[in-house]
Amino acid sequence: MELHDFCSTSRVAIVAGKGGVGKTTVTAALGTAAARAGMSVLIVEVEGKSGLSAALGCPPLTYEEQEVSPGLRARTLTPDEALLEYLEDRGLRRVSKQLVKSGALDVVATAVPGMKDILVLGKVKQLEQSRAADLILIDAPAAGHAITFLLSARGMIDAVRVGPVRKQAEDVIALLSDPARCRVMLVTLPEETPVNELVETAFALEDRVGIKLAPVVINGVPDDLALVGAITAQDAAAAGIGSPAEQRALDAAASFRHERHELAGAQCERLRSLFPLPQLCLPFVFDTIGPAAIDRLATTLTDEIVNLPGSAL
Amino acid sequence: MTISKLVDSGHVVICCGTGGVGKTTTSAVLALAAARRGRNAVVVTIDPAKRLADTLGLSELGDTAQEIPRSRWDPAGVAKGDGRLSALMLDTEATFDSLVHKHAHSKEQAERILDNRFYRNIAGALSGTQEYMAMEKLHELHEEGGYDLIIVDTPPTRHALDFLDAPERLTRLLNNRIFRFLMMPTRRSMKLASFAAQAFLKTVAKVIGTEVIDDIVAFFRAFEGMEQGFRDRAGRVLELLSEADTSFVLVTSPRRDAVDEAEFFAARLRESELHVAALVVNRVHPDFGVTDDPEQLRRRAKELAQTDGDAGDRLSARYENLADYVQLARHERGELARAGERIGAGVVAYVPALAHDVVDIAALDAVSFYLVG
Repeated sequence: MELHDFCSTSRVAIVAGKGGVGKTTVTAALGTAAARAGMSVLIVEVEGKSGLSAALGCPPLTYEEQEVSPGLRARTLTPDEALLEYLEDRGLRRVSKQLVKSGALDVVATAVPGMKDILVLGKVKQLEQSRAADLILIDAPAAGHAITFLLSARGMIDAVRVGPVRKQAEDVIALLSDPARCRVMLVTLPEETPVNELVETAFALEDRVGIKLAPVVINGVPDDLALVGAITAQDAAAAGIGSPAEQRALDAAASFRHERHELAGAQCERLRSLFPLPQLCLPFVFDTIGPAAIDRLATTLTDEIVNLPGSAL
Repeated sequence: MTISKLVDSGHVVICCGTGGVGKTTTSAVLALAAARRGRNAVVVTIDPAKRLADTLGLSELGDTAQEIPRSRWDPAGVAKGDGRLSALMLDTEATFDSLVHKHAHSKEQAERILDNRFYRNIAGALSGTQEYMAMEKLHELHEEGGYDLIIVDTPPTRHALDFLDAPERLTRLLNNRIFRFLMMPTRRSMKLASFAAQAFLKTVAKVIGTEVIDDIVAFFRAFEGMEQGFRDRAGRVLELLSEADTSFVLVTSPRRDAVDEAEFFAARLRESELHVAALVVNRVHPDFGVTDDPEQLRRRAKELAQTDGDAGDRLSARYENLADYVQLARHERGELARAGERIGAGVVAYVPALAHDVVDIAALDAVSFYLVG
C-alpha cells in the first residue's frame, strides 16, 4: 500500500497506547513520513507534557503552531487553553478569566467530568473541519485515560441534555465514528502485559466508542542481526579476538539480542491471534530518540506501510 | 539508607513514577521481600496487570486487605517464621464512600451525598481522587491494620502526587465563593447575590445546562458541616507522610521521558519537604562487562567486515551488536547516575531488563535480588 494512500484514509489519526510504549515516537515518525510523502501534517499534543520537541528537535510546543520542517507543523492543545478559546469565540472573554480565577472552573469540570476532554476533542474537530492539514496526528493521553478521553462525548450526552456543550459532544461522536474522518492507531511493545492491555483497549474502543482502528504499531522490536552460528575457535583465531572474556561477551550479547527478537516475534504472533489487526513493526532504538532516530524510524515505518496488503484498511 | 534497610525497618514506603515503568511490580517485590524477612507487610496496589493480580490472589479480593496464604508466596518454605504478606486493590469509589459515612453526621446525610450525581463524579472521575483515596487507605491501614510495613503503589499519572494537595483542592472546591451562596436555602439569597454572580451563573447554566447546576447546589447543601472532618483527616495523612520511617521510592525506566517524570516527582516532593529514599531503575540493559568503549568495537566490526568469507561477516555483526549494547548501557547508566544525584536519592538501584514479564513469585524474587540482595 502506498504511504500517501495510507495517510489519506482518515484526516485525523489518534495515536494511543499505554504509558511508555512510545506513542510520541510513533507520532513523530508517522508525521515525518507523511510530510516526506508531500502531505501537510499537523501534530497535536494534548497532555501538556511530551517528548515531542526532543524527538523532532524543535523548541517546546505551544498553543501556537510552529513549523518543525517543511510540511510538518506541531502544537499543543491543553483543556485550559481550549476552554479559553471556546469562551472567547463566543464573546465570553471576561467570563473565562473569572471562571479560571474563582476556581469555578474546577467545580464545573468536576460536575461534568468529560468537560475538559470534550473541549479538546471539539477543538480537534474544528481543526479537521477547517482542513488545517491533510493529516492531523493526535499524541493521545496514556491508555486507561485514552478510553475515557474518547468516551467523554458519550458520557457528555448523558450528563448534559441541552446547550452548546451537548452540540459539541454530538459533533465529536460524529467525528469519532466516521472512519473517513478519524481513526485510532494503537501502539504497544512486544511484551506480554502491554499486548494484553492493547487488546483490552482495542475491544473497548471498537465496542464502546465505535471507532475504527488503524493498523497497530509494535514498537521496540529488536531486529535480528546475522548472529546465528557459534564462533568457532578457528573463526576467533583468524579474527584475532583478544580474550576469552571478549568472546564470551560477544556470544552473550548475540544470544541476548536473538532471544529478545524471538520473544518479540512470539508476542506479535500472540497479538495477531488475540486481535487480528495488521501490524507495523518498528525496531528497538539503541541511541537517543531525537531527529536522527525519528528519521530512520520514519523510513522503516514507510517500508512497513508499503508492505501492507491493499486490503489492510 | 539502602533499600534492604527500608524493607527491614521502614513503616511506610510510597512508590511513585510514571506509567509503564514497573511501579506495581516494585511495590509487590518490596512487600514480598519484607514478608520473607519476617515482617508483617501489606501492599496497596492500583490496577495491577491481571496475571500479577492473580499471583497476589487479588482477583478474589475486594478493596480490604487480605492475607495471602503462605504457601502461595513462600512455596519453598524459606521465609522467616513470623513473616506475613497481605494485599489489596484500591477501589477509589468504595473508599470515598466509606469516608463519607465516617464523616457524615447522620445516615441520611451520608445517603443524600452518596446519591448525588455531582458527588459520584467527584468520587469517580475528579483528577486527584484516586491519589487521595490511596492515601486514605494508607491512613486506615496505619491506624487499624497493625502492619509493620505498608507499601503503597500510586496511580500512573503526572497527578500521582496530587494527594499532597488533595485536601487543599477539596477544601478549595468546597469553599468556592461562587457556589457558597448557592447553599443558602432561600430565594432571598438570589436577590442578595451580586448582579455579576447571577450573570455568571446564567452563563454557566447556558453552557452546561441547569440540571448540572442543580446537582451542584444539592451537593453543597448536603455536604455542609463535613469539611472540617475531611480536613483534619487529610492533615493526619500529611503528618504520617512526614514521619521519619516513611519513605518515598521513585521508580523509573532508563527512558528519558520516564526519568524526566521521576525528576518532576522529586521536585514536587521536595516542595513538601518529603524526601526520596531511593531511585529504582527497572529494565536497564546489560553491558556484558568487557569494555565501555563502543567505538573501539565498531572499528573492529568494520575491519572484520572487510575480511573474506562469511566468518568475517558473522563476527562483524557480533561486534556491532555488542557495541550497540555497550553504548546503550553506558548511556543509560550515565543519565541515571546524574538523575539520581539531581533527585537526591540516597540509593540508585538497577534492575536489568528480564526476558519475561514479572508476573509470578519466582520472577518477583528475581527482581528482589537486585533491590534487596
